[in-house]
Formats: sequence, structure tokens, C-alpha cells
Amino acid sequence: MLILECPYCGVKAEETELSPGGEAHLKRFGPGSTDEEFEAYMFARKNPKGVHFERWRHAYGCGKWFLAARCTATLEVFGTYPAQVSAPPQALQDKIKAKRPDWKGFQ
Amino acid sequence: MSTRLSKGGRLLDRSKALDFVFNGKRLKGYQGDTLASALLGNDQMLLGRSFKYHRPRGLVASGAEEPNALVHLGQGGRFEPNQRTTTTELYAGAELSSQNHWPSLEFDVGAVNNAFARFLVGGFYYKTFIHPRFAWKHVFEPVIRQSAGLGKAPKEADADHYEQAYDFCDVLIAGGGIAGLQAALVAGQAGKRVILLEQTPYWGGRAPVDGDVIDGRPAADWIAATVADLAKMPNVTLKTRCMAAGVYDHGYILAEERVADHTPGDGRPKKRLWRIRATRIVAATGALERPLSFAGNDIPGVMLASAVRDYVVNWAVSPGDRTVVVTNNDDAYRTAIALKEAGLAVPVILDARASANGPLPTKARAMGIRVEAGKAIAKVKGGKRVTGVAICLQAGEGAVLEEIACDAVAMSGGWSPVVHLWSHCGGKLLWDEAQAMFRPDATKPPTSHDGQALVYAVGAANGHLQATAILPDAAQGAAAAAGVTPSGVAAQAAPSDEAPLEPVWTMPQGAPIQLRSKMWLDYQNDVKVSDVQLAAREGYESVEHTKRYTTLGMATDQGKLSNINGLAVLAQSLNTDIPNVGTTTFRPPYTPVTLGALAGESRGEIFQPLRKTPINDWHLKHNAYMEPVGLWRRAYCYPKGGETHSQAVDREILAVRSGVGLLDASTLGKLIVKGPDAGRFLDMLYTNVMSNLGIGKCRYGLMCTEAGFLTDDGVVIRLDEDTWLCHTTTGGAERIHAHMEDWLQCEWWDWQVYTANVTEQYAQIAVAGPKARKVLEKLGGMDVSAETMPFMTFKEGTLAGLPVRVHRISFSGELSYEIAVPAGHGLALWEALMEAGQEHGIVAYGTEAMHVMRAEKGFIMMGDETDGTVIPQDLNLGWAISKKKADYLGKRGQERTYLASPDRWKLAGFETLDGSVIPDGAYILAPGVNANGQGNVQGRVTSTYYSPTLKKGIAMGLIKGGLSRMGDVVEFSAITGQPIKAKVVDPVFYDKEGEKQNG
Ligand SMILES: [Zn+2]
Repeated sequence: MLILECPYCGVKAEETELSPGGEAHLKRFGPGSTDEEFEAYMFARKNPKGVHFERWRHAYGCGKWFLAARCTATLEVFGTYPAQVSAPPQALQDKIKAKRPDWKGFQ
Repeated sequence: MSTRLSKGGRLLDRSKALDFVFNGKRLKGYQGDTLASALLGNDQMLLGRSFKYHRPRGLVASGAEEPNALVHLGQGGRFEPNQRTTTTELYAGAELSSQNHWPSLEFDVGAVNNAFARFLVGGFYYKTFIHPRFAWKHVFEPVIRQSAGLGKAPKEADADHYEQAYDFCDVLIAGGGIAGLQAALVAGQAGKRVILLEQTPYWGGRAPVDGDVIDGRPAADWIAATVADLAKMPNVTLKTRCMAAGVYDHGYILAEERVADHTPGDGRPKKRLWRIRATRIVAATGALERPLSFAGNDIPGVMLASAVRDYVVNWAVSPGDRTVVVTNNDDAYRTAIALKEAGLAVPVILDARASANGPLPTKARAMGIRVEAGKAIAKVKGGKRVTGVAICLQAGEGAVLEEIACDAVAMSGGWSPVVHLWSHCGGKLLWDEAQAMFRPDATKPPTSHDGQALVYAVGAANGHLQATAILPDAAQGAAAAAGVTPSGVAAQAAPSDEAPLEPVWTMPQGAPIQLRSKMWLDYQNDVKVSDVQLAAREGYESVEHTKRYTTLGMATDQGKLSNINGLAVLAQSLNTDIPNVGTTTFRPPYTPVTLGALAGESRGEIFQPLRKTPINDWHLKHNAYMEPVGLWRRAYCYPKGGETHSQAVDREILAVRSGVGLLDASTLGKLIVKGPDAGRFLDMLYTNVMSNLGIGKCRYGLMCTEAGFLTDDGVVIRLDEDTWLCHTTTGGAERIHAHMEDWLQCEWWDWQVYTANVTEQYAQIAVAGPKARKVLEKLGGMDVSAETMPFMTFKEGTLAGLPVRVHRISFSGELSYEIAVPAGHGLALWEALMEAGQEHGIVAYGTEAMHVMRAEKGFIMMGDETDGTVIPQDLNLGWAISKKKADYLGKRGQERTYLASPDRWKLAGFETLDGSVIPDGAYILAPGVNANGQGNVQGRVTSTYYSPTLKKGIAMGLIKGGLSRMGDVVEFSAITGQPIKAKVVDPVFYDKEGEKQNG
């Protein structure tokens, strides 16, 4: 039921157009990684009450994956941005920090 | 008795009499009646039975909070159970019958439960489930099933149709009472796009019934003028009969409009489900009156004071000739005054407060009504109808001071704001001690995408119970929701001084157990004060647990009537205060939404989109039995004459194995992967190497999830230097395409690769069987000889004058060509092949023949041999996994210790000793039992068929040890009878050397 703005086509889309993809910015661990690293990559997901970065696909729109930063407790959306980054844009992190001073920051 | 008064009834049109039927009796009502008011006007107070004790049940309320008065309504395709009579409009010819009784409403066998009430206390269901188990199965359940049940399920398909519609607005206002109207005026005048929803057919809510005066004129006049003003605003949409059912994330509202409920069969949709997006929401949803908990408060004739007033004023129905009013507040005096003004008797007003001297009590006394302060009802007398009340001191333990004859009791325990829409998205509540109510905490509203308040509660929903406060509060809330500063002045209501209420949670205060076990909280589910107290003694401290243990608030009114009373009793029993106990969670919908409305037009033929191949019509013309494969329809087999499906399948297989057959394989997924990095990308996607595939060559490939499990398979071909075409399973095309895009966009975004799903651009036909080449040669146009086109190669060219790509691949184990052709030519090619194959006895074969033939050949099938827990190594597919590649999706996952364990179940073939077919889903038995006392297993069957080629049952399955068990005889479980003995064999049953497919 969330409305998120697709950063590629600028469309404000909701559940009839979007499909969710779980936590964003996972670092892939392939062959050669330890069991602990692989387990963390594969299964250990953050489940915060508060700021969360997640993957969404504009599935019935432009087809692009994008990332969203939002608050799981209040449903506030801090911003959406293209998926081709390994960390949230600094400006977005600053914006979140200003709104949520208790936020521990992106890690 | 209850009766229709000769005059009055502000909602009635007495010129339009309506006939209707209740339990076979012909009765009369008027246009404007609800089913409830019409029944009551015909002295029909007894309307049903309670769920557990089958106690007689009558009307308690006049709106959505009514717990008892549910009926069966309509006949045949328009039959509906559980219609709430208080919110359903009467129409001519309505057929009603009462429910939840057996054999009749007046005489009910289940009422015997009432005599055993002592044994059916709170938690009864839980306790009986636990022990003794046999008692539940053999004693309780059969009796409960026979006697209970909330209405009958309809037997016929719904004759009505439903529709869904979308809308959007700046401000959505739920509730068309004076608060909602005032809010709409403010938001509308601010130029905002406004939608105002009212669940009943009329505007104004309770104000006209309560006798409010607004801007110097009767409330009804102000309401009419305001609605007229709003109707003139082009930016304001007004909807009656439309209930805002739920508020969801970011201002999504689901609302149900009763379009033709009251005019059945007139051709309009019965209901319309609105899916509305609103920037802000104003909840002007009013408040609901609470019952008082005194002994016998469930006897028919005991009603909410506000409901009694509604029936008298709105519908000119008197619930009784002599009505005792019992209250803890001033508002209920309005009921006594309304009754008196209608010429009815009010023998006494019992006011639990020590004194009652405000303007309303003073007015009541002046009208000659006896008012007794500090008094309470010790007990209501009567069975199927109230006959009188016994009076006691509220402060005492119930010693009877006096008995008064009456046939109705009007009770008021105060009011609870309707906070549902505020709470659905997380708005918090606070406990208002003075008014004894939970109301919205304006500092903790539900929030929207911008972090700002999403919902503004106004008026009674915000805890303001009097018109003087409701109107300015609504104006202020609407201005905030519209993002404007309030301009102009809100309408002003004439003040009416009311003294504060005094919370009364049990009546009398010191009532002993005999009385408390007759004080109903949940009328439909039979939960009493004593049940909640018992739950507290048994350790249920959380209100959510107590709810489920006692079923308090789980009936069809969802606790609207007495949840607050219940948790007040729980708080008292736990020796804590009410806010510490808290409320149960408010979940949508506010009142039930018809499943038909949620389904909308998605039923019957348009339940879901169907995907049909270009050859679909040919299949239908040739008697194909079609099966669903995802959204596709595929031909399962083509029965001829009187053939059964299995006879047809056997015939098709033998025809392919001895001659030639055609399979419509158009549904296979076809994904183009192109670009400078396409080969590198495919090497990551597939377990084997695709980058070194020669142009013009085909290669079978496996795809795994990152966790290592097999997820799809298919043949990959290389079209040119930087272009590959990947075939996926029928169900996998969209999923695998999305999987590719996910990795390309989110992990390897700097790789230059483009993908396209071209599944529907091509028809694909498998021509299989020893005569396949002859058929193609007859069509002519390209060389398809073994020399120019060996196994696992493809060529583009022309056949029968059509542009084709011909693949030498085989899923049947026969000499086989799979021909792709632009979709528009699919049928032409199919028909040309059919004609060319005539002389060889060509047949069309379906998916089942394909399945059996691939099993005879030992080929795996996604979804049969795999189930999301199987890795390629389990299926002896190690040959299709590259040892050279440093990485591919799933490689690291497959290295996990338990996936590398030699104890894993692995693929093998099975042949029963007696030639029979192993049942689907059978397990391979192992000695001993597990920790739960269940027999151990060592494997299971994954594909099992009768092979017409080999004339016996064949199977594939997973077994501990896999092919190392070859020659062992094992036992498969059978649902009935003895286990089936089978020998472990090679899973390739047919043409082990592959001479046929390679030829
Ligand atoms: Zn987009």
C-alpha cells in the first residue's frame, strides 16, 4: 500500500505496480567466503523498528529496481534512489540523520 | 410489546408501505425502515439465539454495533446469511429468516447448553481441545456442529455482480454526521478535492435525534442546508451508503458502497468497492454507546438508550410500552424525554450516580418522570422478553429494594469514540478519565509518507460528545487536514449542560457471583463478566490473550459494543487501571465487507487472464483436454472416440515412439541475452559454461538460486557473437527474466548486457519420432539431414515457405526437431506439419505424453524432481556443473556442509516387482521410528507413471545413497494396503545409449 516514487521514470507507484525485494545494499559473498560470512549474506537480515533501506522493483512500470529509505515504524519515506550504488547517497543519509537524530547511521 | 406509533418517524415515508416476510409470516413496514425497525414495528423482538448457550436474543442497538439481530436474507442466488438488520434497508418483498437456532426460534434444543452454563465457562474451547481428546471428538464437536453455526452458507452462485472503482482526493472525510459535514465545508471552501462518505442512507448522524440546535435552527435544517451547499461545490463528492472500511499505508482507503442492496435485481451492481487514495483523512466516525453490566442485561427488551431513542424518533417504533431507563450519565435522559413525548410510559430512571441535578434530569423530573439517583438494576426479570426489573443500591451488593414491571429497559454506560480508522495505521489512544473512554491521542497520530499526520479524528470520534464542542473541533481538524488556517467561523450549536458521567463497570458495584455470571459482555459469543474474571484468575493478563481465551469481542460485531466494558472488568480483576490493560488491536474492516465486492469483476471467465498459444484453437477443435500451467492453457491429451485420458496418452506415446508426433511447445520461456558481457553473465547464471558455446550450437543448462538450489533448466543456444537465447520452463519465463534483471541491475550494473523476454513472439513446435526428419523434408526449404544438422545444433531457414529456426533437441528421447516460428505463423506451420505427416500417421501429443516420455528417458522435470530443496548434485547432474568456473550463482551455497553430505537423498530409478505403478507422493520406508513415533523414511518418489513403451510402472525418486543403492529392493508406502516393493534401477529406462535422439 506504500506509495514510492520511481527514481527512473518519476512515477509515484503503489502496490499494483511495485514488487518488494527485501533489504538493500547486501554485500555478496561467493566461493571462498567463510560459513559465517555466507550465512550473514544469505540469511541474516536487519529487522529494525525505524530507518530501513530496501529494494523495490517498478515491476509493472519501467521494470527497474530502485532502493528506498523509509521508517518501518511511521511509514515515512526519506527518499528513493537508483539501485546502482553500494551505499545510500550522502545527502539522503544527512537528511535521515536530521530527521532521526537517534539513528546510528548506515552500516 | 413493541409497536409502530401512529405518528412521527422522521426517516419514514408512510405513503410507501412495504410487505416483507419473516420466518414465513407476512409483515408490513415502510420506505425508510431498516430491517430492524420494521421487525420491531411488528413486535418481533426475539430475533435469534446466542452462539454458546442459545439464549434468546433481541435487538440491542440501532447501528453497526448490533451483536444479535443477524438474519438470513433473500432466496436462491441472492441468499445471504448474517445480514445485520440494523444496517440493512427494508425493500419490498424482502424474505428474512432467523438463524442459529434448532429446530425453531421459539423452541430451541441448544438452549439446554444454557442449563450447563456452569461447565461452559471462559476458555471452554481451549480446555476441551486439550483433554480429554475423545470427548471433543465424540461428544462436544458433534453437538456443537449440529446446534450452532452463525448462519447458513449460500448454496447457489451469487446472482449479483459487483464492481470496483478508483478515486483520489486531498481530504477524505469518513462520516456524514454534523462533524463530517462541518469538516467537508471547511475543506471544500479551501478548494481541496474532498470526498465525504456516510455509511447510512442519510446525513446528519445523531444530531436530529438528540434535538441539537445549530446556528439557531433545528439540526435537521442546518444539515439539509449544509448538504445543499456541499452539493454545489464541484470539488466535493458526497456518497451515502458508503462505509470507509479501512485505512492503510500512505492514505489508501477501502470503502464499500451499497449500490443496489436495497433494490435487488435492478441491474446495478449490488456493491461497489472504492479504492481511494487520499492525502489526508478526517475520521468523523462518531461514538458508540456502551451497555451496562447488570444481571439479565441480555434479555430481549434490554437495549441501548440511544437505540431506543433512534427507534422512537427515526422510525416511530416503540420498543416497549413501559421502559425503565438505567444510566450513569445525563445523555440517557434524552431517551426518557423522547419516550414521554411520544406518549409512552417511563416508570423510573435509575441513575447510578449519587445525584442527578443537571438540566436534563431536571427536565425529566419536570415532565413527571421518577428519577432515582444512586440506584441500579439488581436483575432484569423475564425470559424471551423483559417483564420487569429489581432495583437495588448501586453501592451495595444487590439487595432488592423494589420491583417494577416494564417491558423494555434502556441502558447507557457512556460512550466510546469510534477510533477504528484512527487506529488502523497506528494512531495511539489515551484514556480519558473524566469521560471514561479511550480517545485519539492527537500527539501520536498515524503518519503518512512525509512523516506528517495522516488521520485527523474530529467530533465524537475525537472524544467531544456535545454539538457545541463537535462543530469547532471538526472545523479545526478539517483545516489542519487541508493544510489551511481556519477561515470563517464554525457553525455554533446551542449549549446543553451535561454533568459528568460516573464509570460503572458492574452493576451493582458489589455484585456477587450469581449476578456477575448473568452479566453479559459479548452478547453473541456469550462472554460474561464472570468469564473475564475467571480468565484473569487463571493467569490471563494480556488483553489480547484474554480476548482469544474467552472469545470476548470475537463475534461479528468485533467488540464494538462491549470491548471497553470487558477490559475494564479485566483491569479491575488484575487490580490495575484501564490504560495499563490497553485495548485489543483495531483491524480493518470496520464492518464486514462482502467477499463479492473484494472479488469485484474477477470471477467466472475473467477470474484471471488466460494465456493461449497461437495453436490453441486447433487443440480445442481436436477435442484436447486442456490443463492450466501457470496462466497458460496447454493440451494435456487429445482423446479420440470414447478414449479415456490415460488411453489417449498411451496411444500418443506409442505413435511418437513408432512414427511421429507434434507437441505445441510455444509456452516454453524464450529470453534473449545480448551484449559484450552476455557470455560472462550467463556463466554466472548457469552452473555450466555458456560463454564458450559455439554459434549455431545448443547446450542444456541448469540455473540455481544463490542458496544453491535448482530453480530452472532449459536449452541455451548461441545466435551470434554477442547474442544467446535461453529457453526456460513454461512457468519460469517471467520469473527467470526478473531474476536476470535483478542481478544485472543490482549487482553487476556495470556489465553491458541487455535482456528481452520474447516468449510470446514465437510459436514453438516439437516434431518428435523416428519419422520426424521425413516430415520436415516433405515440407522442404532447408536441409535438415543428420550431417548438416547433428544433435544439439540449430539452423535458421525456411520450411513450407515460413521463416523458421530449427533446433535438434529432444525431450522425448526420439529423433526430434523443435521449430520456432514467428507467433503469427504458428498455426500455419502446425497445420502444414500435420498434413505432411499424414502418410506417417502423425499425431498431436499433449503434455502428459511428454511427461511420461521424458520420465522413460530419465530426464528431470522442474517441480517434480525439484522442490526448492534439491541441488543439481542430488540429481546426478554433476556433469552439467563446471568445475573450472571460480563462481556462479549457487556455487558457494552448494559448498555448505549439509549439501555436500553423502547422506543426502539422490536420484535413482525404481521398478516395482509386480510391474504396478507406485502412487504419487509415496515415501520409501526405513526401519524404526523417529522422535515423534512416526516411521522413518529414506526417500520418496518424484515421478511415477505407467510406461506404455515398457508396459509396466516406472518411477524416479530420491533415495539415501542414490545410484549406489542400485539393485536393492525397497518398500514404498501405500495409503491403503501393504507397502509396495520396488527395485532401485538406472533412471534411464529407454534408449540408454541415445541412439534414437542422436540419429
Ligand atoms: Zn519506473
